[in-house]
Amino acid sequence: MRTSWLFVMAWRDSRRNRGRLFLFISSVVLGIAALVATLSFGYNLREDVDDQAKELVGADLVIRGRRATSDSIQTMKVFAGARHSEVKSMASMVFFPRTQSSRLVQLIGLRGDYPYYGKIETKPASAAMDFRGKRKALVDQTLMLEFGARVGDSIRVGTIDLVIAGALIKMPGRNQVSLTVSAPVYIPLRYIDSAGLEKKGSRIESEVYYQFKPGTDISKLMDTLGPELESEHVRYETVEIRKERMTRAFKDLSQFLTLISFIALLLGCIGVASSVNIYIREKIAGVAVLRCLGLKARTAFLIYLIQILGIGLVGSLLGAGLGVVVQQVLPMLFKDILPVEAHFRLSWPAIAEGVGLGVAIALLFALLPLLTVRKISPLNTLRLTVEPPTAGWDGWKVGIYAAVFVFITGFSYMRMEKFGKALIFTLSILGAFLLLAGAAKLLMATVRRFFPERWNYLWRQGFANLYRPNNQTLVLVVTIGLGTTFIGTLFFIQELLLDRVNILASTDGNMVLYDVQPAQIDGVRRLASEMRVQLVDDVPVVAVRVASVKGIARDDDGARGRNDTRVTYSDTLRPTEKLVAGKLGPPVHSPRDVIHVSYDDDAAVSSGVQIGDQVVFDVQGVQITTVVGSIRHLEHGPMRQGILFPTGVLEQAPQFHIVTAMLRSPEASARFQRAVVQQFPGILVVDLALVVNVLQDILAKIGSVIRFMAGFSMMTGLIVLIASVLVSKFQRIQESVLLRTLGASRRQVLVITMLEYFFIGALASVIGIGLSMAFSMVLAKFIFEAVFVPNWWVVGGLFAGVSLLTVVIGLYNVRGVLNRPPLEILRREG
Amino acid sequence: MAVETILKVTNISKTYRAAGRVLTILEHISFSVEAGSTVAIVGPSGSGKTTLLGLCAGLDRCSDGSIQLNGIVLESLDEDERANIRNRYVGFIFQNFQLLPTLTAVENVMVPMELRGEKGVRDRAKELMRKVGLEDRLHHYPAQLSGGEQQRVSLARAFAGQPRVLFADEPTGNLDVETSERIVQLLFELNREAGTTLIIVTHNLELAAATQRVIRLAGGRIVDDHEKK
Repeated sequence: MRTSWLFVMAWRDSRRNRGRLFLFISSVVLGIAALVATLSFGYNLREDVDDQAKELVGADLVIRGRRATSDSIQTMKVFAGARHSEVKSMASMVFFPRTQSSRLVQLIGLRGDYPYYGKIETKPASAAMDFRGKRKALVDQTLMLEFGARVGDSIRVGTIDLVIAGALIKMPGRNQVSLTVSAPVYIPLRYIDSAGLEKKGSRIESEVYYQFKPGTDISKLMDTLGPELESEHVRYETVEIRKERMTRAFKDLSQFLTLISFIALLLGCIGVASSVNIYIREKIAGVAVLRCLGLKARTAFLIYLIQILGIGLVGSLLGAGLGVVVQQVLPMLFKDILPVEAHFRLSWPAIAEGVGLGVAIALLFALLPLLTVRKISPLNTLRLTVEPPTAGWDGWKVGIYAAVFVFITGFSYMRMEKFGKALIFTLSILGAFLLLAGAAKLLMATVRRFFPERWNYLWRQGFANLYRPNNQTLVLVVTIGLGTTFIGTLFFIQELLLDRVNILASTDGNMVLYDVQPAQIDGVRRLASEMRVQLVDDVPVVAVRVASVKGIARDDDGARGRNDTRVTYSDTLRPTEKLVAGKLGPPVHSPRDVIHVSYDDDAAVSSGVQIGDQVVFDVQGVQITTVVGSIRHLEHGPMRQGILFPTGVLEQAPQFHIVTAMLRSPEASARFQRAVVQQFPGILVVDLALVVNVLQDILAKIGSVIRFMAGFSMMTGLIVLIASVLVSKFQRIQESVLLRTLGASRRQVLVITMLEYFFIGALASVIGIGLSMAFSMVLAKFIFEAVFVPNWWVVGGLFAGVSLLTVVIGLYNVRGVLNRPPLEILRREG
Repeated sequence: MAVETILKVTNISKTYRAAGRVLTILEHISFSVEAGSTVAIVGPSGSGKTTLLGLCAGLDRCSDGSIQLNGIVLESLDEDERANIRNRYVGFIFQNFQLLPTLTAVENVMVPMELRGEKGVRDRAKELMRKVGLEDRLHHYPAQLSGGEQQRVSLARAFAGQPRVLFADEPTGNLDVETSERIVQLLFELNREAGTTLIIVTHNLELAAATQRVIRLAGGRIVDDHEKK
C-alpha cells in the first residue's frame, strides 16, 4: 500500500466531518493565538529594550548615592571631559496658590542638559529647556489637571515660589504608572537648596548623569571605575546594566504571560482530546469495515493520525494568524506600564514556536483517544453488541501520558529556567485537573449509586444524562472548572489588595503627616485642635544603624544601607500590633538598666535575631547595647516601624514624628492639608484616599492586562464548552428525536437539557471557586501577608454566572431539535 | 480433475465469558467447502451462524479447532496477517450494507483495490458500478442512496477485490421482497461470472435454496449438511 493512499484516505474520510473536525481544533486556536501573541510580544520587547536602552537611562552612565556628588567623585580622572548633569530628588509638598491646594510630589532638582539621549516631552515643547536655570518648574501633566494649574501659574515649594514652565508628559525611562505614583515636579537644582527643604534626616537621592565622548568603551571603563565607585559607596548603572536588568524583568513578564497562554492552550487540548474521543467512537463502524476489507490496525491508526495532524496544523496556523492580530493589542494594553515604547513587529520565531507547539500538543492529547483505533475489531461489522473498544493501559498509553507530562514540564522549564518551579507549575495544573476530574467522576458515581428513582421523569433523565455513555460531564467539569479557578483567583486577589488599602485608610486614619520635627509637634496638635481634626496617632521615629548582632559587627555597607533602619519608642503596643513572644521591655530609668527592644516577626527573621540576643545600635555615633525582649506581629500600615525601644532611651536623639489624622470629608482633608503645608512647609502630607485612588488606578491597569490574558482561557473554555455540547448533541440527536417522536414536548426536552447542564455548570463552578479560594488563600498568606476573607458577592456572582452560561450554551445547542420536525432532523443528521 | 478445498473447518468451538459465565456459541463444528461452490448456513436466531461466518472469514479466533482458508491456517496468524488474508482472498456483504459513510459510492468500491496498492482502480470500480446498475450514482454518498442501492454498491465492493470466497451475512435481511430478489439475482450472476466461492448466512429459505449446499445449525452444532445433486 502506498503512503500517498493514506493521505488520500484521510482526506476522503474527513470530507463529511470537516466542520466537526474544525470544531475540535477551534479549542486550540485561541490558546495558540495567545501564545504566539505573548511570545512575539516578548521577542519584540527584547528588541525594543535593545533599541531604546540609551533613551531609558538618558546618559552613558549614572551614579547614585549620598556621595555621588562629592568632590572625590567629581575629581576622578575618568570624568574629565565628560558632560554631566546633577539630579537631586526628594519627597516634598507642593502648594498650588491658585486653588489653595497642596499635594505630596517627587521634587526633582536638575542641573545640566540631561537627558543626553531621548527627550523630555512637555507641553509646550519649549518648556523642557525653558525651565532650566530659571525660576521655573515642569509639573506632571496629571497633577496640573488635578489642581487646575496652568502654564504661567506659580507653585510654592518649601519657602520659594516658581512659575510653571510647562506640563511634563513623558520622561525617558519612566512609565505612566511611575509618573502617576510619584507625580514629579522638576525644578532647577539650585532651588532645592534655597527652598530650605534639605534637613538632617531628609531622604534625598543624588544622581549624576554622564555622557562620554563618542567611541568611549564604557564597559572597559567600568572595569576600573566600578571598583573605585563601590569603594566610595556609590552605585552606578550603565546602558548595558540597565539593558540587562530590563531584559530580565521583561523576561519575567513575558514568562508570566506565556504561562497564562499555555494554560489556555492546555485547556483547549483537553477539549481536543474529548472531541477526538467521541469522533473516534463514531468512526468505529467505518474502521471495522475497513478492517474487514483488509486494512491493518496500524494503517487505520495512521489515517486518523494524519487527519489530526492536518487539522492540528490548520488550527495552529489559524491561531498564529489570530495571534499576530492580538499581538498588536498588547502594546496598547501595556502602554502605561512599560517604560519602553513597545512596537509591533512580525516575529517569525514566535510564530514557528507557536505553530510547532500547537501541532505537537494537539497531537499528544489527541493520541490518547486515537489509540483506540488500533483496537477496533472487524467483528464490529457483524455484531453491534461487541464491547466498544478501549485503548486499555498498554505501554503506548503510559508512554503518551508520560510524554504529555514531560512536554508540559519541558515547556515550563524552557520559560521559567528553573526545574523546581516548572515541576511545581506542572504539578499544580495536574493537581487542579485531577481534582476536577475526580470530582466529576465522583458526581457520576454518586448519581448512579443514589439515583433518585422516585423523582419525576424529567429530573431522572437530566440526572441520568450525567453518567450515560457519551456524556461530557468529565470534560465540561474540567474545562469550566479551570476557567472559573483562573478568573476567581484574579477577582479575589484584586479584592484583597483593594480591601487592604481601604482597611488601612479607615482604621489608621486617612491622612499621614511625615517628617514632623519635634519642634513642630505642638504646633501641629494646636492646628488640629483649632480645625477640629482628630489626631489618631503620633509615632516618633529615630534613624539608627545596626552596629552588631549577637556580638558580630555589621560592616558599614555604605550606599547599600542595609544596616540603616528606623526605630520608634513606646511602652505600649498600638491596636495594630500583637505580642507573639516575650515581654515588652519596661521603661529605662538609669544607664545601668537593660534595654529590652521588641522586633517585629519579619525584622527578626531577616536580621536572624531571637529573644535574648544582644543587638548594638549606633544612634548618631552613640553605641546603645540592647537585648531582644519580645517579638510582635504588625499589620501593614504607615505607622509600622519594625523595632520598638522602651521609653527613656531615644527621647533626646534626633528624630521626627509620623502623625496620623482622621478627616471626615475630602473638603476637610484639603483644608487641613493646606493649613499644614502653609504653616509647616517641611512636613509631608499623604492623603491616603488619594493613595487608594492611585492604587485602584494601577490595579485596574494591571488587572486589565491579566483579564485580557485570562480572557483567552475563558474564551477557550467557552469554545470547548460549545464544542463539547455540540459533539454530545450529535450523539444525543437520535435520542432527542426519539423523545420528540414519542410525544415529548419542547418544554420537556428543554428541562432535561437544562437540568443536565445546570448540574455540570454548578459542580464545575463550585469546585473552580473552591480552588480559586484555596489559591487566593495561599497567595494571601505567602505573597501578600494578609488574611484572605472571600467576598461572598463575588462567590455568588461567579457561581450564578458560570452555571447560567453553561445552561444557556446547552440550551442553544439543542434548539435545532426543538424547532424542527423529527424527520427533518433525522434526514439532515443522517 | 481434483476438487480444490477453499475452506476447511476442523472441529472448532467458540466460547465467550460473560457475566462470570462461560457461554458456548459453537461446539465441534467441522466441514469443508469446495472452491467455486455456493453454501448457505441457516438456523434459528442464536444458533451461532454469524459467529461461524466471522470465524471462517478470519474476523475472530476460534477457542478450539482449526480453520484453513485457501490452504492457510488462520489460527497461526496475527491480526495484521489475517487482515492481509481478508484483503487478498475474502469479500463481504453485510445485512446493514456497511458502506463507509464518508466515501462516495465509487470510492467505497475502490477501497479493497486501493488497499492492495493496485492502480487504475477508478475505472474498474466504475465498471463494477455499471454492472450493478448504478453508473449514475457514482458520486453519491451512502446516505443519499436507498437501501437496495446501498446493497448493490456493497456487492460491487465485494467483487472489486476479486475474492476467492465471498461471505454474505443476511444480504437481503434489510430489504423488501422485490429488492431482495433483484439483489439475489445480481449476487449469483456476479458470483458465476467471477467463479467465487459464496458462503451465505441467512434466515431466508428461498435464498438458501438457491445455493448448492445448505448447512443447518442449532444450538451451536451442525444438525444438517445437505448438498444438492
